[in-house]
Amino acid sequence: MERVATTPGRALELRGLRFAWPGQAPCIDIPGFPVAAGERCFLHGPSGSGKTTLLSIVGGVLSPREGRVCVLGEDLAQLSARARDRFRADHIGFVFQLFNLIPYLSMQDNILLACRFSAARRKRIAAAGSTPLAEARRLAARLDLPANLLARPAMTLSVGQQQRVAAARALIGRPGLIIADEPTSALDADRQTRFLDLLLSECDAAGATLLFVSHDRRLSAHFDRVVDLSALNQAAKEVAS
Amino acid sequence: MIRLLPLALASLWNRRLTAGLTVIVVALSVSLLLGVERLRNDARESFASTVSRTDLIVGARSGPVQLLLYSVFHIGDATNEVSWPAVQRIAARQEVAWVVPLSLGDSHRGFRVVGTTPDFFRHYRYGDGRRIGFAAGRPFADVFEAVVGAEVAARLGYREGARITLAHGSGEHVAEHGDKPFSVVGVLAPTGTPVDRSVLVSLESIEAIHLDWQGGAPIPGLKIAPEMVRKFDLAPKRVTAALVGLENRAMVFRLQRAINEDTREPLLAILPGVTLDQLWDVVGIGARVLLAVSALVVAVGLAGLVAVMVASLGERRRELAILRALGAGPRDVFFLVAAESVLLTLAGCVLGVALVQVLVFSMAAWLQANYGLAVSPGWPVGREWMLLGAVMLAGLLASLVPALRAYRQSLADGMMVRM
Ligand SMILES: Nc1ncnc2c1ncn2[C@@H]1O[C@H](COP(=O)(O)OP(=O)(O)OP(=O)(O)O)[C@@H](O)[C@H]1O
Ligand SMILES: [Mg+2]
Repeated sequence: MERVATTPGRALELRGLRFAWPGQAPCIDIPGFPVAAGERCFLHGPSGSGKTTLLSIVGGVLSPREGRVCVLGEDLAQLSARARDRFRADHIGFVFQLFNLIPYLSMQDNILLACRFSAARRKRIAAAGSTPLAEARRLAARLDLPANLLARPAMTLSVGQQQRVAAARALIGRPGLIIADEPTSALDADRQTRFLDLLLSECDAAGATLLFVSHDRRLSAHFDRVVDLSALNQAAKEVAS
Repeated sequence: MIRLLPLALASLWNRRLTAGLTVIVVALSVSLLLGVERLRNDARESFASTVSRTDLIVGARSGPVQLLLYSVFHIGDATNEVSWPAVQRIAARQEVAWVVPLSLGDSHRGFRVVGTTPDFFRHYRYGDGRRIGFAAGRPFADVFEAVVGAEVAARLGYREGARITLAHGSGEHVAEHGDKPFSVVGVLAPTGTPVDRSVLVSLESIEAIHLDWQGGAPIPGLKIAPEMVRKFDLAPKRVTAALVGLENRAMVFRLQRAINEDTREPLLAILPGVTLDQLWDVVGIGARVLLAVSALVVAVGLAGLVAVMVASLGERRRELAILRALGAGPRDVFFLVAAESVLLTLAGCVLGVALVQVLVFSMAAWLQANYGLAVSPGWPVGREWMLLGAVMLAGLLASLVPALRAYRQSLADGMMVRM
């Protein structure tokens, strides 16, 4: 069963969000930030401006001191820590800059790991008339990963291949929101564009909202919307002034 | 939670060298624990059946343990003896099937001499009713004939036909009965009982070598040549103790009471099984200490397991952070790490049991031959399962240490590990 968004058409909605690391000055202070469903949003900001911290809040791993975080219509503050973990497993796919994969598991098992933690993803795959294994292989093929690599341990893959495996794992089972935290910064320019193209087209195909974080403004051309976190984040302004 | 088990197995397989070494350490400690427990049991059983099928042991009135010690184990000396008429009165009773008198006090090169009757070889039983076997030769039939136990023969290199002399007493200053040598007519098979360390002769032989003695010393000026002894009355005057077998075991308590209450002579009759158990309570303390030490070794093994698991957490921070991003909660991480520790303990227990089987199986013959200890191969029984359960429980408790650490670590790290 799909969740019905309380605010239709909003994949993400932040309101009056404040967060500070223990013993530090406030790191995030965002009065309001909505992301529409299906939108491809490019979020940029200087290093240390709190991008990764914000993504952890959206993923429900960190809890804000104040404010509302609604993801796909679900108010995370209303959920218990366990329910937030389950929500993340079911509805959010993550791709990080590096070290996305469990090194000793095969490429295929790494992709399937997302299904192991989420009954909802498995159900959606079944509802679409497929199986997790078939879906993992389909996504691998779509992301330019040759079938002969499927059984290879992740640690033997190139960095570019690893990032594409991470993308396949984020996408499997059609989560509503894909969060990518500088997924291309370990790749060279050619591969960056190629990876981005694949990620964008697969998000489109899956109908997922994409929140893409990078400090590399050159990539922003591919996106519907470009947001400067330092403009959004009041905390950064306080520090700057 | 169950969905994490394949992941725990894969992770352990990835660290198979350290995991394997940890399993071996736990397995060795578990096999030590089980082996000691098995040996302890077998030793107790073998001890408890040093004499079997003997219903009563009768001696002069003293303590039960003391009587058992000097009559069966040849440890210490009797303070008093039993008169021959008293032995005959017991033997004449209707419910008594047989009586084997024992006369102690002499020795041969550190081994005790047991004066008895040829009935000894028929009625003395050990273990689950085993008879004494002859490795060579036959029972003594005449004066100056001796049968030696297996250990005596092995240590002193005696075979049939060897000539030996007995000595009076068993302390350091023994006086030799040098004028009356014995010839060895039989060598016994090993039994694992004190019989192995005995030299057996007839009661008449004991009388014969003491004809010209009095009060523990030769009578000055009196010398009776061996060939002359047959002219004397060699019937025993007194013995040290007697083993008694009944026609019907049900009568044992009645007979015991009758002997203990005999007004003609202060006697003591004991049930060997009961007194052996009492004695084991004392002797068995060594085995109990050994078991306690093995339990400590298991604790050390589990401490090693905890150390290995905790050390691995440092290099697994990324792995655990990835799981968090995929939706695993800190509880899942806790369970994963706990499951790995428990799996290692389980593998250690299984391997330990297998190791004990192999050891017991391959050493059984050697232990039987050298120590007369009958170890029993076979699957763990009763208390051994309890010990294994205790090890698993300890492993479960130990697994909480790395699991709690992983829980706290993953709460702090979240999805991101910076270093
Ligand atoms: N685990 C943590 N504990 C304490 N402070 C933290 C922690 N993680 C981040 N911070 C602080 O929060 C601030 C924002 O860090 P964050 O990682 O979100 O920045 P970022 O925008 O992602 O930077 P980059 O572009 O370099 O990845 C920094 O000042 C950092 O020192
Ligand atoms: Mg960052």
